[in-house]
Amino acid sequence: MAAGHAAQHPARSDGQAAEAIHVENLHKKFGQLHVLKGVSLSARDGEVVAIIGGSGSGKSTLLRCINCLENPTSGIIRVNGEEIRLKPNSLGDSVPADRRQIERIRSRLGMVFQSFNLWSHMTLLENVIEVPVHVLGVKRADAIAEAERLLARVGLAEKRDVYPAYLSGGQQQRAAIARALAVQPRVMLFDEPTSALDPELVGEVLKVIGDLAREGRTMVLVTHEMKFAREVATHVIYLWNGVVEEEGPPEQLFGAPRSERLKQFIRNIG
Amino acid sequence: MSAAAPATTTPATRSEWLQPHRIVLIAIAAALVLSAILFMRWDWLPNYYDLALLGIWRTIWILVVTVVLGFMLAVPLGLAQAAGPFWLAWPAKAFCTVIRGTPLLLQLWLLYYGLGSLFPHFPWIRQSELWPILRQAWPYAVVALTLSYAAYEGEVMRGAFAGVPRGQLEAARAFGMSPWKRFRRIWLPQAIHRALPTLAGETVLQLKATPLVATITVIDIYAVASRVRQDTFIVYEPLLLLALIYLIITGILVFAFRKLEARIPARLG
Repeated sequence: MAAGHAAQHPARSDGQAAEAIHVENLHKKFGQLHVLKGVSLSARDGEVVAIIGGSGSGKSTLLRCINCLENPTSGIIRVNGEEIRLKPNSLGDSVPADRRQIERIRSRLGMVFQSFNLWSHMTLLENVIEVPVHVLGVKRADAIAEAERLLARVGLAEKRDVYPAYLSGGQQQRAAIARALAVQPRVMLFDEPTSALDPELVGEVLKVIGDLAREGRTMVLVTHEMKFAREVATHVIYLWNGVVEEEGPPEQLFGAPRSERLKQFIRNIG
Repeated sequence: MSAAAPATTTPATRSEWLQPHRIVLIAIAAALVLSAILFMRWDWLPNYYDLALLGIWRTIWILVVTVVLGFMLAVPLGLAQAAGPFWLAWPAKAFCTVIRGTPLLLQLWLLYYGLGSLFPHFPWIRQSELWPILRQAWPYAVVALTLSYAAYEGEVMRGAFAGVPRGQLEAARAFGMSPWKRFRRIWLPQAIHRALPTLAGETVLQLKATPLVATITVIDIYAVASRVRQDTFIVYEPLLLLALIYLIITGILVFAFRKLEARIPARLG
């Protein structure tokens, strides 16, 4: 199993691949609440970083700070080697100093949300071509051809002209993954992509994400699916109470956890 | 019985609609219309034909212009209340409350008899290029009706903007859309879809507010009916015809909004 992983992720062992995401000493406070207390994270090209942890551990907040959906209080965030320029605001948070820079960086980070967040006034095809056409400036015909390919890939080719409200949660989430793929993301960010799904729909979404992981896409994944994290991740981060309690390759973290808290967490989640 | 059921339901569209009670109702309606035509006085109609057409045109023109302008004002009014800083939200709220809290007739008269009678005292207004327009009544009618529609719709749009799911706006942000693009591509279209059924009703109400402009000498279709009564002392016939005209315009409006709504799937997020 472990040997198979190494073959699928050539970037993992040698450490030579370029760093796609670099987070350093990230702090986030919501008022008095100190959610992230100096977290660091790194994802090289081709790596799949899974962030696990109990509820309230700050894992979603960490992911959302990477593209500044949540403004960090302090810290350094680099995407593809480019540091996001931050400036302090009146609330004591750091906000992007250059709107164009953050918008450009965001447009190449394909984000997938827990609650799908497809645009409900657009068909699936329109959802998928929206960002390429209106943000990235791709020609409409090219964007449509690419969108059809991506929808076919997630198994929704015949649903291209259907509105999201008429689809199951699993179908919506697969469409949301196609939308994220359409921006040709350097890194994909998954924020608990299966947490809002009925149990029988989780499998179809995990299969799509697993396929993406195996083809060597760089991703940062917040998840509750421990079995899945163990299968696809190259690096696992266990977050507890806003700090990285333990991190390492999945075999080590799940097979031989050192921290008592992680041991208990794995026991509880089964 | 059960075997016969499918046979009766499939070819039924026309014959099912024409049920006895509907035939009776249609007969009664036809009799009413016929008796109205045969036993009431319509000999005045040819004399007022041109004026009536002009009146209908004015009514529709005022309706369309004030609805379009009013809606364009309603969007920023709603947005300011739903998401603006307090120094924008508060004046917008105050405007909507004041306009919605006072009679339209009063606003119309304040503008026309109040503001309109103040203007001539200022030589620079009388000498301005705008004076030929400001001397007429219709600009005051258009302004009053526009502000009224804007205030009611501003409130509707406030709710519609606030009702768009946050997650969808966040997705737009996560994919690098600029604030303006998020507004134009995601927020506004969805808010309009949400507001459309209410807008249809408000537009019909706006139609029925237009006769008020007759009180400041604008000759709309209502003013024509009054003119007929004054000239000929015929009361009911012009009023019946007037009711029919408003009904027809309402029907067209409702139909048009239905078409518009049908272009969008019924189930939004």
